[in-house]
Amino acid sequence: MIGKVAITGLGYTEFSATSPGTSFRELTYEAAVKAYNEVGIEPKDIDTFVCTSEDFCEGYSISDEYCNDQVGGILKPVQTITGDAIHSLATGVMLVLTGGFDIVVVQALSKLSNMKTVPNLVNFALDPVLNRPLDEHYSFVSGLGMNRFLHDGKATREQCAQVVVKNRANALSNPVAAYGADLTVDNVLDSEPVSLPVRLLDLAQVADGAIVFVLTSEKVTGSLTDNPIWIKGVGWSSDSPSLESRDWGNSVATRLAGDMAYKMAGVKYPAKEIDLAEVTDEVSYKELEHIEALRLFEPGRAGLALEDGRTTSEGDLPVNVSGGDLGVGHLFEAAGAQKVMELVLQLRGTAGSRQVADAHKGLAQVWRGEPTTSAAVAVLANQ
Amino acid sequence: MGQKVAIVGAGITKFVSRAQETGKELAWQASKMALDSCGLTLNDMESVSLGAAPDAFDGVHMKGEYLRDGSGGWRKPYMRHFVGGGTGVFAPIHGWFHVASGMFDTCLVVCSEKMSSVYPHPQGAFTTIFDHTTEQALDPTLIWIFALEYNRYMETYGLTKADIAPVSVKNKKNAMDHPSAQLPGEITVEDVLNSELLAWPVNRLDISPASDGAAAIVLAGEHAAKRITDKPIWIEGVGWSLDTAYWATRDLSYPRHVEKSARMAYDMAGIREPRREIEIAEPYDPFTYKELHHMEGLLLADRGEAPQLLADGVTQRDGDRPMCPSGGLLGVGNPISAAGLMKVIEIFLQLRGEADKRQVPGNPTCGLAQAWGDLMQVSTVVVLKR
Amino acid sequence: MELSKFELGGTRIKQSDISKGNVLTLAVTPKLEYAWDDGVAIGRYLEEFGNGKIIARKCNKCGRIMLPPRMFCELCWRATDEWVYCKDTGTVNTFSLCHVNWDASRIPEGEPLHLPAVIHIDGASPGMGILHILGEVEPDKIKIGMKVRAVWKKPDEREGSITDITHFKPVRAARKKSKKKSGGGR
Repeated sequence: MIGKVAITGLGYTEFSATSPGTSFRELTYEAAVKAYNEVGIEPKDIDTFVCTSEDFCEGYSISDEYCNDQVGGILKPVQTITGDAIHSLATGVMLVLTGGFDIVVVQALSKLSNMKTVPNLVNFALDPVLNRPLDEHYSFVSGLGMNRFLHDGKATREQCAQVVVKNRANALSNPVAAYGADLTVDNVLDSEPVSLPVRLLDLAQVADGAIVFVLTSEKVTGSLTDNPIWIKGVGWSSDSPSLESRDWGNSVATRLAGDMAYKMAGVKYPAKEIDLAEVTDEVSYKELEHIEALRLFEPGRAGLALEDGRTTSEGDLPVNVSGGDLGVGHLFEAAGAQKVMELVLQLRGTAGSRQVADAHKGLAQVWRGEPTTSAAVAVLANQ
Repeated sequence: MGQKVAIVGAGITKFVSRAQETGKELAWQASKMALDSCGLTLNDMESVSLGAAPDAFDGVHMKGEYLRDGSGGWRKPYMRHFVGGGTGVFAPIHGWFHVASGMFDTCLVVCSEKMSSVYPHPQGAFTTIFDHTTEQALDPTLIWIFALEYNRYMETYGLTKADIAPVSVKNKKNAMDHPSAQLPGEITVEDVLNSELLAWPVNRLDISPASDGAAAIVLAGEHAAKRITDKPIWIEGVGWSLDTAYWATRDLSYPRHVEKSARMAYDMAGIREPRREIEIAEPYDPFTYKELHHMEGLLLADRGEAPQLLADGVTQRDGDRPMCPSGGLLGVGNPISAAGLMKVIEIFLQLRGEADKRQVPGNPTCGLAQAWGDLMQVSTVVVLKR
Repeated sequence: MELSKFELGGTRIKQSDISKGNVLTLAVTPKLEYAWDDGVAIGRYLEEFGNGKIIARKCNKCGRIMLPPRMFCELCWRATDEWVYCKDTGTVNTFSLCHVNWDASRIPEGEPLHLPAVIHIDGASPGMGILHILGEVEPDKIKIGMKVRAVWKKPDEREGSITDITHFKPVRAARKKSKKKSGGGR
């Protein structure tokens, strides 16, 4: 890595199915105040801000114009990334590495409970000429992907269901998660079919929440905290956006993004060096697909690793100990922020009852959800 | 700061009111031209930065994902940034920090817009930029905010529409020499004042048209840049600033966020006397008065004085302080993000002495491009030097 | 690399190419519905509109009485302190006379123009403007600096929306008091 960047401040709200008493501004303000108070800074100390949003998720155009007041960025350099929060994090890293910005704030928010027609929203992202006219519920894309994944023998249907059971149970230990539950594999396999093989319980449900990070250059980190969490590597990439020409059984984007992040972080043997991972499990089978693409398990072994308990919270490589999207809630553009947040808590040793022992290096991966093939990865460490 | 970054190539499509091509195809045309212009291929691009204005125009959610393959973003680190109308000049800034950080040696920066997809008119998509709970219920239209700001500017400095209309005359005339131009032409001040009144004080010829179009530039770090071209144009200063979302509480007669962004860029570029050192500028001109408003915010004219400079011919191509030699948005067209990048490309070409008939005399070595957007509250600036 | 040396992309087509079917097109009407949470600040703001009042929020540190109200002062970066009722009168900071609808169609001849304005509300700090509409005024009589007053819907017609004020109209100068008639009052 050509320079050092740390996450020194973190603030977040709880994640809940709805947040009726609070506006999007108030939600972000809460997270920002907590993050800045943690490191004792005020908006005037912050050099630049990176916000995250997609217009149609928020429900108003040029959503970047509305992010400013609640992060304290008035008349400061503020930009918005229309991507996942990990893209915003990568942007923050690049800004610090230019040498021109020492304190950078990264913000992400979900207020998707305000969006009443989510299937139409996601459909609106399909190719307008080639795919949208089919007028299918967008989960057909997940169905196609999962079917191919199972066909290729990557995992069994039961193992995919086990992902749901594990993650929703993990969420019971996460005080800010929205969807903690005690389920069985049968519950998942018996749930309402959506786009077979995908069933209702295979899918994460929408949640609201806000997360704010304070990133700092090496120069100022020491003066703000004794417990910096270093961003060792970031990577981002994508496969074809077209449904017709993508690789259905593999998350190519995750592979490329992961390799880019590992290279930057100097990680040669991910399976050995990564202590825990937070990856997108918005559709159950994706967790298994992603951890293989990230080289954390050999091809075809992720499902077996789950069965053997290796990716549970007591296992040797816990995956989604926070509950993942399935257990915490689907936060759309803020999903990556929740994964990075979990790593920060774990690597600081402040994850409470779900603390993973001896956690030194963690990985956060996000896939941007249907119908994209975009992924971003961050590797964090506490030393 | 960081690695020095240069623009080494550029590409642009025609700007038209309605293109047959999709946004993807326009993006490809511009990016391919940019790569061809400096003899590189997509393989040479280590990263891709995309800028595009609101998704509401193209009718695709997450339009950055949709435009990805047309912009060279297949199996590469590709990211979309977004600052409303300021996006076109933020694009090189976003690309700049990709390279200045040392993480990448090259970056392909693309802007693509397909505003004509919205029916019945692109203007309708702008209703959604107003505050959802305190403004949209009033059925506002985009033109309101310009008209309100324009009126306030005139009132504050005792200006008339006749003082401001010449911007349209100048820019449309300048645009006659720009191959991409959508609305070039020789018009008079009377033509502007007599054109259809849309929302007083805004007449039709005060406004740049909604357009389809794309533009792209290739950025390279210092060592790479010198190998790619013998005329790299260096990004010496970048600045951007966002004011409060509560736009009705701001002083609309002066764009202080433009000043903030300009000062940030000037500081970085070591510019102490902008009026002397900035030899050529492309301030954002979606409406006539905006060119003047922005000149003042960029500290290139005293407050309220820009119209006088215009009247004195100072801002013509052969004047002391040429403004919008390209023809600007008023003349070339306004496919939002591509329009801002068009201005950056203009300065790039002017500093290389390759601006065809638009070339300003005097061999300029330092120029500035600026864009602006949102609810009149974001400004983005780049300072380029030969 | 002069632009003149390149063949630029982009092929212009006309509206008639579409209506005549010279190019293939696809039309879609998206169904994108939102129900936004107003939150504490705007929730109260709109609720008070339903009561026929305009309410602001004060930050005791900078002293600003802010409209629209916010629960945090974005400049002092702290929670705001009190609710403050404003008057429903104000001053026109800027205005426009609009001849087109939101979709760019022209307002038919003879129908009233739209008169948007930024109005600085009395009782809030200087410069605290809101966007609203003017009415009951001849367009050519509107001036920056004009005093205006809100015109409210009847209480049972209000919904807790910004449109509970239908428009702002000019405040007439106070009439001089007429002299008392001799031989007794009214």
